[in-house]
Amino acid sequence: MKRLTTAFIVVVVASASLIFLANHLNASQGMGGSGTITVFNWGDYIDDELIDQFEEETGIRVVYETFDSNEAMLAKIQQGGTSYDIAVPSEYTIAKMAEDDLLIELNHDQLPNMTHLNPDFMDLSFDPGNKYSIPYFWGTVGIVYNTEMIDDIDFTSWDDLWSEELKNDILLVDGAREIMGMSLNSLGYSLNTLDRAELQEAKAKLQTLSPNIKAIVGDEIKMLIGNGEAPVGVVWSGEAADIMYENEALDYAVPEEGSNLWFDNMVIPRTADNIEGAHAFINFMLDPENAAQNAEYVGYSTPNLSAFELLPEEVSGDERFYPAPELTDRLEVYDNLGREMLAYYNELFLEFKIDLR
Amino acid sequence: MGNKSRNLFLIPYVFWIALFVVAPIILVLFYSFRGLDGSFTLSNYQHFFSSTYFQLTLSSFWYAFLITLFTLLISYPTALVLTKMRHKQLWLLLIIVPSWINILLKVYAFLGILGTYGPFNAFLDVIGIGAVQLLFTDFSFVFVSVYIFIPFMILPIFNALDKLNPAFVDASRDLGASSFETFRKVIFPLTINGVKAGCQLVFIPALSLFMITRLIAGNQVITLGTAIEQHFLVTQDWGMGSTIAVFLIIAMIIIMFLSGNRKWGLTSGKKA
Amino acid sequence: MGKKRNWPAIYLSIMFVILYAPIFYLMFYSFNSGGTMYGFEGFTFDYYLEVFQNTRLLIIVLNTVIIALLSAVISTIIGVFGAMAIMYVKKQQTKNTLLSLNNVLIVSPDVIIGASFLILFTFIGIKLGFASVLIAHIAFSVPIVVLMVLPKLQEMSPTLIDAARDLGASRMDILTKIILPYITPGIYAGFFMALTYSLDDFAVTFFVTGNGFSTLSVEIYSLARQGISMEINALSTLIFLVTLSLVAGYYFISKKAVGMAGMGVRK
Repeated sequence: MKRLTTAFIVVVVASASLIFLANHLNASQGMGGSGTITVFNWGDYIDDELIDQFEEETGIRVVYETFDSNEAMLAKIQQGGTSYDIAVPSEYTIAKMAEDDLLIELNHDQLPNMTHLNPDFMDLSFDPGNKYSIPYFWGTVGIVYNTEMIDDIDFTSWDDLWSEELKNDILLVDGAREIMGMSLNSLGYSLNTLDRAELQEAKAKLQTLSPNIKAIVGDEIKMLIGNGEAPVGVVWSGEAADIMYENEALDYAVPEEGSNLWFDNMVIPRTADNIEGAHAFINFMLDPENAAQNAEYVGYSTPNLSAFELLPEEVSGDERFYPAPELTDRLEVYDNLGREMLAYYNELFLEFKIDLR
Repeated sequence: MGNKSRNLFLIPYVFWIALFVVAPIILVLFYSFRGLDGSFTLSNYQHFFSSTYFQLTLSSFWYAFLITLFTLLISYPTALVLTKMRHKQLWLLLIIVPSWINILLKVYAFLGILGTYGPFNAFLDVIGIGAVQLLFTDFSFVFVSVYIFIPFMILPIFNALDKLNPAFVDASRDLGASSFETFRKVIFPLTINGVKAGCQLVFIPALSLFMITRLIAGNQVITLGTAIEQHFLVTQDWGMGSTIAVFLIIAMIIIMFLSGNRKWGLTSGKKA
Repeated sequence: MGKKRNWPAIYLSIMFVILYAPIFYLMFYSFNSGGTMYGFEGFTFDYYLEVFQNTRLLIIVLNTVIIALLSAVISTIIGVFGAMAIMYVKKQQTKNTLLSLNNVLIVSPDVIIGASFLILFTFIGIKLGFASVLIAHIAFSVPIVVLMVLPKLQEMSPTLIDAARDLGASRMDILTKIILPYITPGIYAGFFMALTYSLDDFAVTFFVTGNGFSTLSVEIYSLARQGISMEINALSTLIFLVTLSLVAGYYFISKKAVGMAGMGVRK
């Protein structure tokens, strides 16, 4: 009993001193000034120096929180409880959030730097007139492959994936929209189709890909392609850029039948406390120099035209990540399909996964 | 013990059950009757009994069984050896310590270790077996799951073995029983409670494993947990996700009943 | 004789090699100047320096440890009482019901627990942050403590309590002098398992956290999309080494203090 009591006291004292230490660190970090804003973003999706710079310039303290999927973020914002002032969801989530009245309309007068944005990336179907959102980064879905292991296929077509020599060689990302979309595109259908017959056909075609599929994985696909575990992967361009930076044998292609064009966007959720500060933050991130700095840090494609021009030639001239307009025209943005259709996409994808072997 | 003190024990615990168990169950039940459009419906249950989910249920149970079996086969001897060590409590702690390192990181490490060019394959190469594909196979899935669950099995078994009165073992030996007989007739029956606790701690969570199925098995293995995860986070079809959860809870209760009931009767019988 | 003794030692060594393999793998690449967990390029200490300069990350680590320790202690207390409640309830049916309810949280996938706790907390009006995360961790750790303590209680001979009562021991005495000492190994096991649960949890924490409060797991998972930097590996290495020395240190100090009795083993 005595030993139990001692152990108990040790743990309590240890926690108390740790709490003291944490508070001390917290206090040394806080700056006060004109309020705080809470930014809800993907992990490591911003250059930390920019946050410091923003805090210095405006005196607004930034509380930075992270999420790992759009859906998880959505659940948190729906429930409230934290006053998120900025969130960075992907485009299909924005349509959903707007529908559920979870977003605050942006005041464009407070965002003078909006003029720097590429008009091609404005006023898109998921948010007409950019009423709620400002693009943060964008990209495509395509095929990353190892040129040392595969030298005779250039993946200009999705059908190249079905090639016999790729047996057990392909990794797919675990996303229903991406993979069903890939199959739909390869059949010449829209990746936003609402036609169940087309979807069934796409699923049937997907099933014939099974022998070539090594695995369906998540973010770890980067590591697996990077270290040569598999030579081919269907991924988002952002992930491809990350690994190509580390492994020079890798190349990235967006098949000509078309593919997905995705956006991550800054929005002000309904939960916002400091709307003024949130606008200041968005405007700060739109500043060409800041946007360019951020794009260099994160490695994704920036929608900011002036920032694009500030980027080094080797980045901005890379057609794989800043594709020519002819290709961009063939890319589609995900529409909000509505719950029932989305469930149907997922159902088919789940069935496909169950039958994988 | 008097009646009053018994009630005192109950207060914090029952409060906990009411708030964090009963309330969520009611919530899950409630959602399981909601369709995509938010109306009251039985369609989720109808859907569950379609072939897809039946297949999922079967494979979940099969893998959970395999995982539990191997975890037990590995953990029991370990616990047995540990109890005979000099600094056994320290060794036991050293078995738990690895589980304090973030699981995602460890899984990433396993992706490297079990990979085509990883150390495990290099080792197989050296001993002459030659490199094989380990990742995304049943083997790696069960292997990593067992790895994760080992401490949960060892602890209760260790505790049971540790309190085992050595006099029983000695007596059995003196009476001429072989080591195996001693184990089968004396040691194992006396530690059955620990084994049961361990199996429950492994089998039940193994039913709803989800992260490993994607990371290590590359979705070549799909369990009920994966499906729930999908429905809650991707489809946002909380209704269907809850329905599967309801079945998991029912399955758990059945397992508890099958594995524990007889023994419960015995202990309370002894007390009466 | 000597030959016979070797087998257990070999078996245990293999166990430890496997248990620690991924951790050493992580540690090894924390020195990789290439910045990835494959293709070792060169040796560097950079990531360790980064860890110490990253105040935000250090705060997160402290938060994680605080939550783990506090939730483990509190859930151990509740769990021990819970186990006694289950043990000493007379009616078989109540017993089974309690035990089933106890295990619901073990079988429920994290996402469901997280989502329902989130709904619960916003409904009751608990502010998301430290308190809500602590309460949630206590909540999902209680059942494992119960399951760790229960077998010990079951083993305990009821005659022990009867004898004590006959000798005139008060209820408090029976609890502190007989029951608790007997189940101490179970209590420690429960505490350490609760600690493990808390340190490992991602999904539940993610749902119930807010207002800038974060734990290491949440941080690590959200990094996955951009790629986990070796800074995290370096941090894990440091945490691992500190933990190891604390465990060893605590063990040997407590051993000295009590003489030959091992931790949790009463003579």
